[in-house]
Amino acid sequence: MEQNLLLTYLLLTPIIGSVLVLFFKKEQKELIRWFGLAVSLVAFVISLVVYFSFNQTNPQFQFIHQVIWIKSLNISYHVGVDGISLILVLLTTFLTPLTLLSTWKAIEKNVKMFTFSMLFLEVGMLGVFISLDIFLFYIFWEAMLIPMYFIIGIWGGERRIYAAVKFFIFTMFGSLLMLIAIIWLAVYASTTLGYFTTNLLDLYKVGPTVPHDIQGWMFGAFFLSFAIKVPLFPLHTWLPDAHVEAPTAGSVILAGVLLKMGTYGLVRFCLPLFPQSAVQFAPIISVLAVIGIIYGALVSMVQTDMKKLVAYSSVSHLGFVVLGIFAMTVESVQGAVIQMVNHGLSTGALFLLVGVLYERTHRRDIAFYGGIAKLVPLYSTVLMIAMLSSIGLPGLNGFVGEFLILIGSFKSPVLNSWWFTIFAASGVIFAAVYLLWMYQRVVFGQVTNEELKHELTDMNLREMIVIVPILIFIVWIGVYPSTFLKLTEVSTQSILQQVGTFTGNLLK
Amino acid sequence: MINLIYLTTLLPLAGFLINGLFGRKIKNEKVIGIIGSAAVGISFLVVLGAFIQTLGLPAEERSNTVELFSWLNVGGLHIKFAYLVDQLSLTMSLVVTGVGFLIHVYSIGYMHGDKGFWRFFSYMNLFIFAMMNLVLGDNFVVLFLGWEGVGLCSYLLIGFWYDRKFEKGTTSQAAKKAFVVNRIGDFGFLLGMFLIYMTFDSLNFKEVFSRAASFPIAESTFGLIALFLFIGATGKSAQIPLFVWLPDAMAGPTPVSALIHAATMVTAGVYMVSRASIIFASAPVVMTVVAVIGLLTAIMAASIGLVQNDIKKVLAYSTVSQLGYMFLAAGVGAFSASIFHVMTHAFFKALLFLGAGSVIHGMHDEQNIQKYGGLKKYMPKTYVTFFIATLAITGVPGLSGFFSKDEILWSAYANGGFVFWLIGAITAMLTAFYMFRLVSLTFYGKERFDHNHVHPHESSAWMTVPLMILAFFSVVGGYIGIPKVFSGEHGNLFEGWLEPIYAPAQAKLATYGSHTHLEEILLMTVSVAAALSAIYFALYVYGKKPQIAESVSNKFKGFYNLLLNKYFVDEAYEAAVIQPIQKGSEKFLWKIFDVKIIDGMVNGVAFLVESGSGFIRKIQTGVVQSYAVVMMVGIALALLWLILSL
Amino acid sequence: MSSIPMEYYLILSAFMFSVGVAGVLIRRNAIVVFMCIELMLNSANLTLVTFSSYLGNSIGQVFVFFVMTVAAAEAAVGLAIIIAIFRNKKTVNIDEINIFKW
Repeated sequence: MEQNLLLTYLLLTPIIGSVLVLFFKKEQKELIRWFGLAVSLVAFVISLVVYFSFNQTNPQFQFIHQVIWIKSLNISYHVGVDGISLILVLLTTFLTPLTLLSTWKAIEKNVKMFTFSMLFLEVGMLGVFISLDIFLFYIFWEAMLIPMYFIIGIWGGERRIYAAVKFFIFTMFGSLLMLIAIIWLAVYASTTLGYFTTNLLDLYKVGPTVPHDIQGWMFGAFFLSFAIKVPLFPLHTWLPDAHVEAPTAGSVILAGVLLKMGTYGLVRFCLPLFPQSAVQFAPIISVLAVIGIIYGALVSMVQTDMKKLVAYSSVSHLGFVVLGIFAMTVESVQGAVIQMVNHGLSTGALFLLVGVLYERTHRRDIAFYGGIAKLVPLYSTVLMIAMLSSIGLPGLNGFVGEFLILIGSFKSPVLNSWWFTIFAASGVIFAAVYLLWMYQRVVFGQVTNEELKHELTDMNLREMIVIVPILIFIVWIGVYPSTFLKLTEVSTQSILQQVGTFTGNLLK
Repeated sequence: MINLIYLTTLLPLAGFLINGLFGRKIKNEKVIGIIGSAAVGISFLVVLGAFIQTLGLPAEERSNTVELFSWLNVGGLHIKFAYLVDQLSLTMSLVVTGVGFLIHVYSIGYMHGDKGFWRFFSYMNLFIFAMMNLVLGDNFVVLFLGWEGVGLCSYLLIGFWYDRKFEKGTTSQAAKKAFVVNRIGDFGFLLGMFLIYMTFDSLNFKEVFSRAASFPIAESTFGLIALFLFIGATGKSAQIPLFVWLPDAMAGPTPVSALIHAATMVTAGVYMVSRASIIFASAPVVMTVVAVIGLLTAIMAASIGLVQNDIKKVLAYSTVSQLGYMFLAAGVGAFSASIFHVMTHAFFKALLFLGAGSVIHGMHDEQNIQKYGGLKKYMPKTYVTFFIATLAITGVPGLSGFFSKDEILWSAYANGGFVFWLIGAITAMLTAFYMFRLVSLTFYGKERFDHNHVHPHESSAWMTVPLMILAFFSVVGGYIGIPKVFSGEHGNLFEGWLEPIYAPAQAKLATYGSHTHLEEILLMTVSVAAALSAIYFALYVYGKKPQIAESVSNKFKGFYNLLLNKYFVDEAYEAAVIQPIQKGSEKFLWKIFDVKIIDGMVNGVAFLVESGSGFIRKIQTGVVQSYAVVMMVGIALALLWLILSL
Repeated sequence: MSSIPMEYYLILSAFMFSVGVAGVLIRRNAIVVFMCIELMLNSANLTLVTFSSYLGNSIGQVFVFFVMTVAAAEAAVGLAIIIAIFRNKKTVNIDEINIFKW
């Protein structure tokens, strides 16, 4: 079956691309940039092919490709996608070329290494989303850390080393716990199934049968690893540092895709592998998520650095996603998945736009700006749209996700309380406060700073090419979300069914 | 035409996109203005067509749904993007597009020469788009789309002159305040929607309302839903406690104040309450809350209006006060009266604002009425139309405001009680007083402006023609709703038209007490007499004896200051809500909790590991030979242990 | 040959080994340290040969060839490194070769 190799081709494209980059001469910057862009575009095209040949009504994994890897341990190279992973794969392949394009002028130092890192990063991200072998997943999960570490550490701001190390150790800490749980689970499988395995599809049958107290621990190990990545309050402090120090491209990928790996992990592993524990801990986790929503928004409100503001707003937005996942209703989980994409687009756009300003003035503090609407009207308009999408204005993408999450969590039998939703919905108010306040101080008013008049120029064609596709999707998801909701519908249902079978019927 | 109703949102949207994307290049003001106005004008014609078509249908077929596409389809949630064309939405649509069209035309004159001309028209069209979605939506989510959309346009248009100062801050601060306060209301609205979905398993109007009428649902659930929805309404329609944004919204251009902050958007809350009448009617306690809040808002805003000196501020508080009336009407179960007042209010308040705009325009952006005076001879057309609107709002018999206001007061008496009527009548008196104070200070008396710098002049026809049309409707608009007591067996036409919408709600409400026509006429006479005496008093004080006003304000200095400073509500909110949140977030949450405690713990762990390993590190001398010695000693000991254990 | 008891060889080998160990531990001259390592290797070779001869098993002697090959290779690389270090630092005193230490 030729088609089954599609995902492998998808994965191979950036791998081969990143290796080929190494053969270029360091000085051929332009060539390397074009090459990197071309490779990422090829990957995007392949992912589109996957999308168009994907059967949206089939709840099973599709395009499965399995090759034995370590025979004695039953570990195999095993990839496949369902709707949820596919939408995130598309997000990844969509954002990567855009970020590469956005760095055209911003990255001058060691372009070769940078392009290599970005392509390598894409491999890691794609691998995480398509792995159906938990061991393979773990390898990609860790592999992705390395390029990100370098991207922050080499091309970052002043405190880049601190931020890079903090990012690395934080994530590493969580994933080591996960490794232990993975090994434990695989060993446990050999007692029930009779053979050691890391095949996710097999483990779906094993996980729920793990004795209750041990399952709690394993759920905890997985959850901690993902929660750090999300990041869930109070494990979020690496995020502002990493975002602030990372170069624009790093921030966009970090916010756009990397954080989604955490929430993806929750959906793909925590819920179906350990349904009983997931249901048991759902209220506690949701409390953390709701705290994160409000806390992130409040802290975001008083930031003086634009990037930090957007970073803290991520904490708030991802709180919504976690709440949606652990409310475990069809509406809320679908909302959470779409919100993952939304956050990637809106926050990605916001980071790109902050980067546009930064490229011109090398300043990120809000106080430095003021009245730029007069100087850069086009930029101000684009920023307005990105901001409104982040606020969750109906008709744009943010609303769809938030609305579904809130309405789902409101009637969730797992949470069984309105208070989660009531507090979470107050985040809607705060989102308006912090973003509008920033917008007002940066864009409106008189031009406060004479320097701005000399340094600021409006967005150029390249920047528009980067931002317009994102805006198109922002509107598309807002107006006609069915395209995207349909993609994830059956997959969501099958995950919730898995949870429901083992914990009493949660689905209506 | 009913099936073409989507044109009424599509055309303004197209106008928004054309002007928004290409307006900067078009440059020609006429073209931009005509595109913008035509989009709304044609929409009006479409609505009119649909209205006429609907009139031709028998009463039970007058509610039609136009489906566009499936919007959100998840789990049990099926939200269609669909429009509901029925008596209520048609009434609102006619007002929105009709008054909206006139204001668009007016704006061509008013905004002449502004460098953001194209931006203005694109925002205005976007507003009409959102507002039409709000009134036409066939479910709560589409309504919410419009609801937030109008909030956004309000934000954009209040802050339209984003580089200008406004009072103590800037226009963009006022805009932000409006958006955020509205969001607080939206929060309530969202929760209301969630509860509706949970209770009725649908968000579609028809389904929800038919289930509300038939399902056995606890009154407390209805109460909670109604309360949440009402919180939303208080935000959008500027009622206590969320009214604070509306006076600040006057930072926007005057046509905006007329369209958004007087005629249409602010009535969205009234529309929503009246749309969900069955839910409110099923929760008598909340109905009382609505009525009381409406009443309190009405009298409070009217009292503030007495002493304001900014012409737009007076009108803004007047708007808040009139919105209070509408909620009073809704709260006592007179839903059709509240919509009737929405309509007449749209005519005369839009006219008042546009007239004020014409005055401001002629007075070179001066808004302080103390610096006007005697403008009657300079601006005759503006004066006459403004005067008509003033008569309408004060409820002088024969004009539109009289019919709707009287309807409300009568219902307040009949269903609420004497106290409701009394406070309502006092408010009407206050209204008459401050409106004639405004007219008197602006158009009569001494000219108090500086003749060297200010040359008052009448505005162009772009502006005066819409004024005249609105004046016409301010007079005759009321005749479709002549109360039963006068019209006899025909009954109240307007009420009859809307009757099918409210029938389920009326069925749930307690029946009207038996009141005679004599009572109604008596009360009407009393309230009209009160209003007329207030008019006379205002004209006397401000026309003949200005010193009286001064001595009164000196005598009651404390009270006067309280009114002048709007009961210090803004300051109280600032001190009780905004400051604590902001300072708490900055000083505690961020700088202490996040940086010191959470991150401190993280860095503390790192520090412990680092210093611990710094200590252990010392064992590693780096001299290979000493490692070898240790090795040898180890081997020797191991051997020794082996030998001994043998 | 057969008149000499096995213990003699072993004692000699042990003595050589101890000398080697002591040299590695005590001396500071890299070349001497290096020679001492060779000494230790050779003492091990001696032991291997001894056992091989006394037990009549040739594997031990084969093994010695391996050890000698490795030792030769090691000597070549090791001496090369020492010379390289000497060129850089003008000394082969291992106390002074401490660029990796911190």
